[in-house]
Amino acid sequence: MASRANGAVDGAASDRSGETPVLECRDLCISYFTRAGEIPAVVDFNMTLYKGGSIGLVGESGCGKSTVAMAIMRYLGSNGGIVGGQILYQGRDMAELSEAELRRLRGGEIAMVYQEPMASLNPSLKVGRQLTEVPMQHEGLNEKQAWERAADLLGDVNLPDPKRLMDSYPHQISGGQQQRVVIAMALLTSPSLLLLDEPTTALDVTVEAGIIELIGQIAEKYDTSMVYISHNLGLILETCDRVNVMYSGEAVETGTVQEVFDHMRHPYTKGLFGCIPLPGADKKERPLVPIRGQLPLPHERPQGCNFGPRCDFFQAGRCDGDAIKMHEVADEPGHKVRCVRWNEIDWASYSPEGVGGGAIEPGERVLEVDGMRKYYEIADNSLSALIRGGRVKHVKANERIDMAAREAETVAIVGESGCGKSTFAKVLMGLETASDGTVNFNGNELAHKSVHERTPKQLGSLQMIFQNPFDTLNPSHSVGAQIARVIRKFGVETDKSKVDQRVMELLDLVKLPRDFARRRPRQLSGGQKQRIGIARAFAGRPSMVVADEPVSALDVSVAAAVTGLLTEIQQTYRTTLLFISHDLSLVRYMADRVVVMYLGHIVEQGTTDEVFAPPYHPYTEALLSAVPIADTSVQKKRIILEGTLPSVMNPPSGCVFHTRCPRKIGGICESEEPPVVEPHPGHRIACHIPLEELQQMEPVIVMTESDKQKAAEAGAKPEPEPGSAGRG
Amino acid sequence: MSEQTAALPKPPSLALRMLRAIALLRESPVGLIGAAIIAFWTIVALFAPLLAPYDPNATISPMLYPGQTDGQGNTFLLGTDHLGRDILSRIIYGSQRVLMLAPLATFCAYIVGIPMGLAAGYLRGKWDTVLSFVTNVILSFPVLVLYVIIIATVGASAANILVAITFASAPGIMRIVRGLVLDLRNREYVAAAQTRGESSLFIMFVEILPNARGPIIVDACLRLGYVIITIGVLGFLGLGLPPPDPDWGGMINETRQLAMTFPHMAVYPCIAISSLVLGFNLLADGLREISLRD
Repeated sequence: MASRANGAVDGAASDRSGETPVLECRDLCISYFTRAGEIPAVVDFNMTLYKGGSIGLVGESGCGKSTVAMAIMRYLGSNGGIVGGQILYQGRDMAELSEAELRRLRGGEIAMVYQEPMASLNPSLKVGRQLTEVPMQHEGLNEKQAWERAADLLGDVNLPDPKRLMDSYPHQISGGQQQRVVIAMALLTSPSLLLLDEPTTALDVTVEAGIIELIGQIAEKYDTSMVYISHNLGLILETCDRVNVMYSGEAVETGTVQEVFDHMRHPYTKGLFGCIPLPGADKKERPLVPIRGQLPLPHERPQGCNFGPRCDFFQAGRCDGDAIKMHEVADEPGHKVRCVRWNEIDWASYSPEGVGGGAIEPGERVLEVDGMRKYYEIADNSLSALIRGGRVKHVKANERIDMAAREAETVAIVGESGCGKSTFAKVLMGLETASDGTVNFNGNELAHKSVHERTPKQLGSLQMIFQNPFDTLNPSHSVGAQIARVIRKFGVETDKSKVDQRVMELLDLVKLPRDFARRRPRQLSGGQKQRIGIARAFAGRPSMVVADEPVSALDVSVAAAVTGLLTEIQQTYRTTLLFISHDLSLVRYMADRVVVMYLGHIVEQGTTDEVFAPPYHPYTEALLSAVPIADTSVQKKRIILEGTLPSVMNPPSGCVFHTRCPRKIGGICESEEPPVVEPHPGHRIACHIPLEELQQMEPVIVMTESDKQKAAEAGAKPEPEPGSAGRG
Repeated sequence: MSEQTAALPKPPSLALRMLRAIALLRESPVGLIGAAIIAFWTIVALFAPLLAPYDPNATISPMLYPGQTDGQGNTFLLGTDHLGRDILSRIIYGSQRVLMLAPLATFCAYIVGIPMGLAAGYLRGKWDTVLSFVTNVILSFPVLVLYVIIIATVGASAANILVAITFASAPGIMRIVRGLVLDLRNREYVAAAQTRGESSLFIMFVEILPNARGPIIVDACLRLGYVIITIGVLGFLGLGLPPPDPDWGGMINETRQLAMTFPHMAVYPCIAISSLVLGFNLLADGLREISLRD
């Protein structure tokens, strides 16, 4: 099997079969040994990576992708070990290397970039010191040479002013800069293999776009081979030429990005693409299709195909027998799939039903925010403040927020971290009170009313769904008790048996078994916890729910199910949903109207169609361009924002976006606040650029012709074309 | 509907849950040793009248070495003290005192320290400033001097030892709880409680406190050890329980003049104190080990 993998790689296979691959995994099996016994984390894993190539490992959490990376670095903990197969680096078996050789390899020839840049850098050492250490250790350079090399590389990773950076501590530079420093550190010894484990997951989208571009440049310039680990199919498309889709410890499909993205054969790959909101997915007509069931725990994997119990094409007797082997797709050498039915499934007639579909007509206005401002006061104890006499600094978290939301409507608030979207939510919820302006909710003025001044009815009618599933429920109380408390608190029911009855109804509503009421949060999976969070928010029969990134911490298939559920409940109760998110793909899918915020200001708002098509605010344009889209037929304009997000303590004068704006027109941007222009009634853009010029902008996202056709056909016919389901 | 609710499995009773918690200790040998030592002393204290060979306060034959037999044929396993009282019996009865007083004093310290920590950590602002200042002032005093001052002022009695230990320990507890609360108050379930308009008291005691219990229990075990030492020290300084009732610290104090000739009079009570303290420390280590594992 391994030899076959060796012979048949990608398009370059024919002329590369004689070459020694940089990295090769042959029938790799990795297990962890715990008190419960041996837990196989990765089974029968094959991968061949040539010089200059890049392979993406994609899959949901717990599928073993990080374990593979750790095994390559030989970093498996004391309880983990390779139980079968080999890892060959430049043709040498890693298992035979001595400790000293391994130390030379790690950091020298194989470098790794982790998810959290701040955790990779030592906070108590200056950046320069940490960087120079690497070549001094590995190549025996003296300090001066190492310093020069490090400064050069910081320039190479597009960091301005390397000298100043080298003299900074990690906390003094932004998250994006930190990750660039980590990448520079990985490149210092010109490694031949770079492992990237979710390098952009902790970063904002516009910053992520910069890092992705950098990774592409590195691959070209240094001819480094890369293994890129991500849960995001869009990022894989932008960075890799081959992809390995993993599920429950196995690679289920592998091939070039084109093959896997356009002609996927494995039902799981198909399912994954049905779960992500690609352009063309639409909650009204083409809702997302979550994968039913749950990822099996490693020691509870089913017989035969691991995906069997969740697969629509499961055949008893064939799929639940022996372990499934990788099958090579007939006309595509190198495209392999771990499915016995890879050649039989008729994808053309497969149209699974999505959740949360159906159109809905918005009703009356329920929320009207007018000129709302929120300033935080901070005591300024600096000497200059003492001299000037001003002892209070203002943090302008929200500046002049004007917006409205109607019944049953979904309004998305979009922006990167620090844009003031969470502050806005806090004011709405009454955790903070506004400094100025009005918030009219169902005829009640709430801007200056804190939670304690609101009536139980007002509280119950405006509730919130939180972001972090591991944090949203109190681990000390049972699920039922937590929901019951909300019901009593809002005075929905007071009688004990009626409260219990209502708890059961709410569990039914979020499609969880009733006996979950007795469970503790730790006995629930992330998606289940998030469902309980939704049940809790809907306990008081709210007329509006604020959802703060409700699915951003969940795996794609779970996120699709939770998104669908949320839409369904919202439609049943005609609830207004204020959807706070940084994920523009999801926003395009979910929202009826979009509000784009930057540094506390609303820069653009309008219906989803208006905001996602020109004319754009330059910031919206950059945001749209930054979002990775897992569709090979989509072409995007590349706009990378320069510089870092200014501090809200000291926002730029004039237009707050002028420091990073790629379309800045001149001094007016720095001196005057931009006027609001309205290309259509309700579509408002705050920008100095004349409207005529804005209207001449090209769309950021373009689908190629063939795909437009496909989308049109799919729209006309009830059944989507093969390969375009959920995509269009 | 009632059938549906009735059909649900009952949550396990408190006794059962405690048994399960103790069963968890099997996973930590260190914790198990600690628990065994504590169990040993608890049994000794409970059955003192049955176990003690003599009346602890009876003067029988003075200054006998361990194992010696006096004229009337009484054998003293651990010898007798300068007043002729059986040391073994005094240690056995002394365990009653220390095992009553130490947990009670620790408990009182937590009753005071926990609300202080919750208020300082959750309400912040002025509460935090004032409470932190007060605790800093108390903590900056040498503890021993503090005890001497308190007990010398109010007189030596069980109740006053309780007051003194509470006063001196509560600030440390407040600091630990405050630190835990500062972390827990940022959790989303706390925000959820705030958005439904819960009172601060509810949030502090129902939402936050139960989630701080792990570290608090570990700290309580360690602190119990310190309190036992403190009671011993107070006894040694003559500020402990008034004589003639047996008190481990007091036993050391009364016989320290004779320690050169009759070391056993002081050494055995010392061993008793150390073993009990060691028991609580080992238990705390074990609990921490288990809590970190999950």
